[in-house]
Amino acid sequence: MATMVSTRPVRSTGAGTGPKVPGPNGNGSKRHDGFPDPDANWNRYRIGMWVGLASVAMMFTSLSSAYIVRSASSNDWAALPMPGILLASTALILGSSATLEVARRKLKAALSVPYTKWLFVTVMLGLGFLAAQIFAWRQLAGRGIYVASNPHSSFFYLLTGAHAVHLVGGLLGLTFLWLRSRRHVIDKTLIARRKAATDAVSIYWHFMDALWIYLFLLLFLWR
Amino acid sequence: MGRVLAVIIWIITLLSVLLFFNKKWWLPEAISDHAPALDRQFLITILVVGISFAAAQIALGYAVWKFRDTGKAGDRAVYTHGSNRLEVLWTVITAFVFIALGVMGQSVWAALRLHDAPPGSYTVEVVAQQFQWNFHYAGADGKFGRTDPSLIDDGSLNFIGLDAEDAASRDDAVTAALAIPVNRPVELRLRSKDVIHNFWVPQLRFKQDLVPGMEIKVNFTANKVGKYELACAELCGQLHFKMKSYMLVLPEDELTALQALPQEQFQARMGELLNKYQLPQY
Amino acid sequence: MSETHEGVHRHPAPTGFIRKYIFSIDHKVIGIQYIMLALAAVVVGMLMSLLMRLQLSWPGTDWPILGTLFPTGAPNGVMNPEFYLSLVTMHGTIMVFFVLTTAPQGGFGNYFLPIQIGAEDMAFPYLNMLSFWVTLVGFIVILMAIFVEGNQGIGEWFATLGPSFAGGSGTVGPIGGWTGYAPLSALGKIAGPGQGGGMNLWIISIAIFCVGSLLGALNFITTLLNMRTKGMTLMRMPLTCWAWFTTAVLALLSFPVLLGGGILLLLDRVANTSFFIPGGLYVSGLLSGSNPNFPLHTGGSPILWQHLFWFFGHPEVYIAILPGMGATSHILATFARKPVFGYRAMVFAIFAIGLLGFFVWGHHMFISGMSPYSAIAFSVLTLSIGVPSAVKTFNWLGTLWGGRIRFTTAMLFALGFVSLFVAGGITGLILGQSSLDLPMHDTYIVTAHFHLVMGVASIFGMFAATYFWFPKMFGRFMSESLGRIHFWITFAGVYAIFMPMHVMGLMGMPRRFSQFTEYNFLVNSSGLVKLVTVAAIITIAVQFVFYFNVFWSMFKGERAGENPWEATTLEWNTPSPPPHDNFAGVLPVVHHGPYEFAVPGAPRDYVMQTDVDVEVPSGNGHNGKH
Repeated sequence: MATMVSTRPVRSTGAGTGPKVPGPNGNGSKRHDGFPDPDANWNRYRIGMWVGLASVAMMFTSLSSAYIVRSASSNDWAALPMPGILLASTALILGSSATLEVARRKLKAALSVPYTKWLFVTVMLGLGFLAAQIFAWRQLAGRGIYVASNPHSSFFYLLTGAHAVHLVGGLLGLTFLWLRSRRHVIDKTLIARRKAATDAVSIYWHFMDALWIYLFLLLFLWR
Repeated sequence: MGRVLAVIIWIITLLSVLLFFNKKWWLPEAISDHAPALDRQFLITILVVGISFAAAQIALGYAVWKFRDTGKAGDRAVYTHGSNRLEVLWTVITAFVFIALGVMGQSVWAALRLHDAPPGSYTVEVVAQQFQWNFHYAGADGKFGRTDPSLIDDGSLNFIGLDAEDAASRDDAVTAALAIPVNRPVELRLRSKDVIHNFWVPQLRFKQDLVPGMEIKVNFTANKVGKYELACAELCGQLHFKMKSYMLVLPEDELTALQALPQEQFQARMGELLNKYQLPQY
Repeated sequence: MSETHEGVHRHPAPTGFIRKYIFSIDHKVIGIQYIMLALAAVVVGMLMSLLMRLQLSWPGTDWPILGTLFPTGAPNGVMNPEFYLSLVTMHGTIMVFFVLTTAPQGGFGNYFLPIQIGAEDMAFPYLNMLSFWVTLVGFIVILMAIFVEGNQGIGEWFATLGPSFAGGSGTVGPIGGWTGYAPLSALGKIAGPGQGGGMNLWIISIAIFCVGSLLGALNFITTLLNMRTKGMTLMRMPLTCWAWFTTAVLALLSFPVLLGGGILLLLDRVANTSFFIPGGLYVSGLLSGSNPNFPLHTGGSPILWQHLFWFFGHPEVYIAILPGMGATSHILATFARKPVFGYRAMVFAIFAIGLLGFFVWGHHMFISGMSPYSAIAFSVLTLSIGVPSAVKTFNWLGTLWGGRIRFTTAMLFALGFVSLFVAGGITGLILGQSSLDLPMHDTYIVTAHFHLVMGVASIFGMFAATYFWFPKMFGRFMSESLGRIHFWITFAGVYAIFMPMHVMGLMGMPRRFSQFTEYNFLVNSSGLVKLVTVAAIITIAVQFVFYFNVFWSMFKGERAGENPWEATTLEWNTPSPPPHDNFAGVLPVVHHGPYEFAVPGAPRDYVMQTDVDVEVPSGNGHNGKH
């Protein structure tokens, strides 16, 4: 390791000058010695999720700005009739956010059996949402409205499709949590890790929920 | 090594600067009314650019010459983490110079782009297509005939979809070269049939994209009679490099006479005029 | 002695060859993989530029070897225009994405960011591995794009995917420039050679690349925020880390926009939507909607693509150059034996450049037909981005001033970076003005400007980084004598290539012309064009000296110790090459700012970040008082 031959003693030289006592670096570690501890600090799951969502948000921002520009750029815009099933899918995804929140609280309260159950309910509601979306696409296609029919239908399929792809990622995350949740853990760091993972997936899932509400309003209220 | 590097940096700087003192390798002669102001702005900018470039390179050369490590034992660099006063000084100075340049440039831009063509401008419709320019003249009545994409038929030479049924289109002419009057405002209405093209006559000192689905208007006044090359400056496909035409700047009487001619004679006369005028000497 | 701490082995060192060198989750191996990818890509891009120069200097010449190698692109050895244009497109795409984005960030950033902040690995090692492999797939897809168009071999297979994947008429790759402007890129085969299946693969490749970059950016940001060792406060980080961090933020926020635009463009091509294709088009003798080969399109906006592209494209310029700036600051301080001048100003300048970079994309579109009023705002904002760039230059000169400069090859390239950054960046003052852009847009002065500043300067930063960090990465020095040959010829060579391009631009020479013989106003350029080509051939040839140096030194170079350059930051606090977990299970503790050179009274002329028992007058890398 480093070989520093020191010739001078440490001296306190007042604020802002000499070597300071290094403080914690703000990573939220439970250790109070200032070192990041990757095995005890699972905060990186939460940070990474927020950072990743920033990029998801940017992509949907770019698509929405394209939507707004395109809707104003010509007169070929023909508004779609809203497939009624979308109200059901909205209810399903709102419900899934609520059940996920319940699951997260159960985990916090160390109630692992209800945690597993509520996770399962969330996964089912998520699948229900996906089924409703697929039904809406089929309904539109049945009426002869396809992706290239007019700009609004293009954006409808594109935005709902992109949302569904991201949602599948969330479902995989939830399923993973659910499978893991049936494994009994006692170890403290593993419990911390489970909480962090649940937090991260919840952040993502709630984001997908909010994103859906936003897209729904954009698609059927903006124009 | 420091001294060699310094000398090389200085030589490169000198050669780079000298490269710009050559009339052959400079902007071509300008023939539009807005060009002198633009050229002046360019000259001011390139002076600032040249001086900053040279000053930075000379200083860099000086630093590597002067502050090379001489290998003397115990000889250390000056210990400093910087100077807030200097930071503020050079930030303020560069911000002032750069933003002043940018703001100055806007007057030229505003004069060119922020107003419509004055009344009485000579108007030509420009319809670009892959590797060909089409110019649509209104004829003696000053009205453009109706055009419609569904009437376009390259096979029968109706390149712009001119509606022959429309009364206004009877005296219209469509040619592959552009003729405009000298010393009179000109408005070009730029359209494209297929992909993005770009209208580029170096002597006019401007470019403008021709975007399909849009009609973009530009106006300018040319002030020197002659024949000039017109190039496409936006990648438009395979033969982009030879999507070429000419712009004729004609005395008013010559243009008036030309405009009075029906389509076939118009084209023939255009051919004669293209032969009559010579390209500038470069 | 330095203070240390027992770290935790997060993942044990792998043993098998495959887990160790191929599917590795070690950020150091992944970094080297990225660098190797860039080294492979840059050869492809460089040889393409060589072919382009040959065509521009001697158009119509019969090069028998070309006829053999590219029977469709250069039948009978004479290069055809569509081959030239596909070279333009592929050269730009490969260089920007697979060289300038991978090597500085994915390569050196991956290797050194965790070590410089005292972490054992990235926050998400598996994600890191994934981001590399996704990027590699993107590279393979872009290489396939070159061959699909020919409708032979691999192209035949792609044609089975659907009509829009079938090749055009006998070219060698997509044509659209690296910007892929719609509707040329959106119309499909009907728009001519280079618009067939190869264009689909071009878009798909870029989309894949976006995903890989996003995974990487996420990892960089989380690692830097969460994994810094004890005492490594933000203002004690080396400037390289600030640069990589800012680059990651730019990538995180700009690549999704390109991804969104790419999806829209691909849908226009394969699903007949009309996002970018307006109505009433008449292409190659067919009216939109009149023929099954050209389905009906209405109302799309070609300029929308440009907005989406350049919203990404401008930050991309800074993604390419910021890591080079970071490396240059780092190396200048190390070999001038002097603290970085104005560390805080440097950090703010990096941030200012990154932030402003998101608000200037419109300067690529002054002549596109967008609102002339917005051009004014874009123009003034663009010139103001010159201010932090100038601040960086002043601070680099300030770092050298009063130093004791050691002219290693790494230092030579870092000094070259400063020279080239000034030379290339300063012409932004011309091009950023909307009025002056009218004559200058899409001419060779633009080519000269961005090649110098985002191409050559960035690459000089990476050369400097390579010579500087090679001893750490492989435990051996690169040959300094070969390095000097490489530097002198490359430095003079790039000036000889790109300086004449400025005056070609003044003459009005447009970019992306496969020959200049059609126009009288370009007649005076032919001597310069040939001069540039000769300079390019020499410069390209000497790059193989660099390649030789890299691979020879890996095995035969002189052995390097732990801290061969007498540098200060954490990567010099661990063996060369570093062990699997970087610090052999003992995390370093940081006590000082990153560039404490020439500290008065200190026993040596440098104080490492981990050193204890040394008094440093002005502490944490704050600006001192004068």
